[in-house]
Amino acid sequence: MRTIVRIDEKHWETPSTVTLRFRYPPAARPGQFVMLWLPGDDEIPMSLSYPSDELKGVTVKAMGDTSRRLLDLEPGIQVGIRGPYGNSFDLSPRRLLVIAGGSGGATLAPAAESLRQKGGSVTVALGATTAKELLFRERFSALADGGLEIATDDGTMGHRGYVTDVAARLLSERTFDALWTCGPEVMMVKLTRLAEKSRVPIYCSVEREMKCAISMCDACAFGPFHVCSDGPVFEGSALHKIPDFGAFKRDPSGRRVRA
Amino acid sequence: MAHAYRAGAGGVVTKSIGPKPREGYPNPTVEQLGSWGMLNAMGLPNPGMEEYPKEIQEALGAGAVVVGSLFGGDTEEFASLARRMEATGVHALELNLSCPHAKGYGSEIGQDPVELAQVVRAVKSATHVPVWAKITPNTHDPALLAEAAEKAGADAITAINTVRAMAIDPVLRRPVLANELGGLSGPAIKPIGLAAVWKIFERVRIPIVGVGGISSGRDAFEYLLAGARALEVGTAVATRGIQVFREVHEELAGYLEKAHFRSVAEAVGAAHRR
Repeated sequence: MRTIVRIDEKHWETPSTVTLRFRYPPAARPGQFVMLWLPGDDEIPMSLSYPSDELKGVTVKAMGDTSRRLLDLEPGIQVGIRGPYGNSFDLSPRRLLVIAGGSGGATLAPAAESLRQKGGSVTVALGATTAKELLFRERFSALADGGLEIATDDGTMGHRGYVTDVAARLLSERTFDALWTCGPEVMMVKLTRLAEKSRVPIYCSVEREMKCAISMCDACAFGPFHVCSDGPVFEGSALHKIPDFGAFKRDPSGRRVRA
Repeated sequence: MAHAYRAGAGGVVTKSIGPKPREGYPNPTVEQLGSWGMLNAMGLPNPGMEEYPKEIQEALGAGAVVVGSLFGGDTEEFASLARRMEATGVHALELNLSCPHAKGYGSEIGQDPVELAQVVRAVKSATHVPVWAKITPNTHDPALLAEAAEKAGADAITAINTVRAMAIDPVLRRPVLANELGGLSGPAIKPIGLAAVWKIFERVRIPIVGVGGISSGRDAFEYLLAGARALEVGTAVATRGIQVFREVHEELAGYLEKAHFRSVAEAVGAAHRR
């Protein structure tokens, strides 16, 4: 069943990213996603960037046609929500390193906040193409008791280059119990290799084409898994066995195509 | 498919495959209706017969019994797809003559006993593996379609496909599914499937594969009693998870034992012999 909700608030996070807030009571855990229906358009999976608040929220980056149209929504518009679906981040690590690339912070920020509330310590490496596109910089800065490190492709803030460089340095300097990451898959592949070398467990939030979201239609097939219900959070050791990780995705017809 | 097989399914039926990659309809493609049913209008998304054999090979490699499901726009397309599907090494073919919501496919051919028989005949003469005709409940007499399929040489009848249905959102006052119409599956259609299997059992001699709302051993037992010899489970994978195959198996064994049936065969159609 879908619930039709009204968009109560809209906040621009970066020039290409907005957060939409709405009242949707079902309980959700950090890492889970909802299916958001823009009537007359499409229905797409969206991580909850505010899973536990009274006003839940999703944070949308302009990627495809539908997400672009979501950016143009004004408060008062009605959309359909179903879910939450999928697994969530395990909140047991004591010393966590979060690596967020691009819009990956949407799911990582609330998860890291929850871990902090449970007494864990969090260090964040945040990356984007350019300073203006750093998602949730202030939110991460407020939660990261272990410090916030920044990387931008163009060097407009922090390290000039990839956030994976920053992660590699942090891993060599300090000890972590776990890594969480979400963002471009090439970045996550690099990080799983780094984590393996440092013998630290890593959890990646993966994105794939989504249709039913209830493990029926196979649209989000990912090795022997369905991203919608076995994921979206996968442990690095499982990802190593999935040839699609970092290499292939499925198009809407189910064809495997280069990611 | 390999995953479902390892989870305890006796065999797996593929997605319905057509000649070319097909994206299907835009979302929403699925509407969950409480615990009693599910509505879908996927629109037959599939990677096409060029690409799909790779996945079939994987499932066969895992030791699975694979039934290749296919759909076509006309008799020739069905026959040529059937030939290509057979070449992948599948153990049987299932002709999707019954998708209730894809224009020009499925039901539109499968509701007409004459056209249905032509498709079955063409596929039979093009291939050697057993051919199952999956028929639609969206007709006044599903058994009539089953009779036509049997006469045309089908080796088994699969009954039923989803029941044509729709959902309307009362707040937005518009259809929920992007395609407007879809197919209903899940517990709500079990009585419809049972009635179809019951009537088909009375009128054809070839085996019946029962499908429609099976999510427990009890449902499976009822389908056997109505006349089904094999069973398919779909929607219940969403509600009970992939372990549904093993669980239905175990639960069914309990029902068979309690009724003193020594085999599945003894239970097939038993409700007709009172």
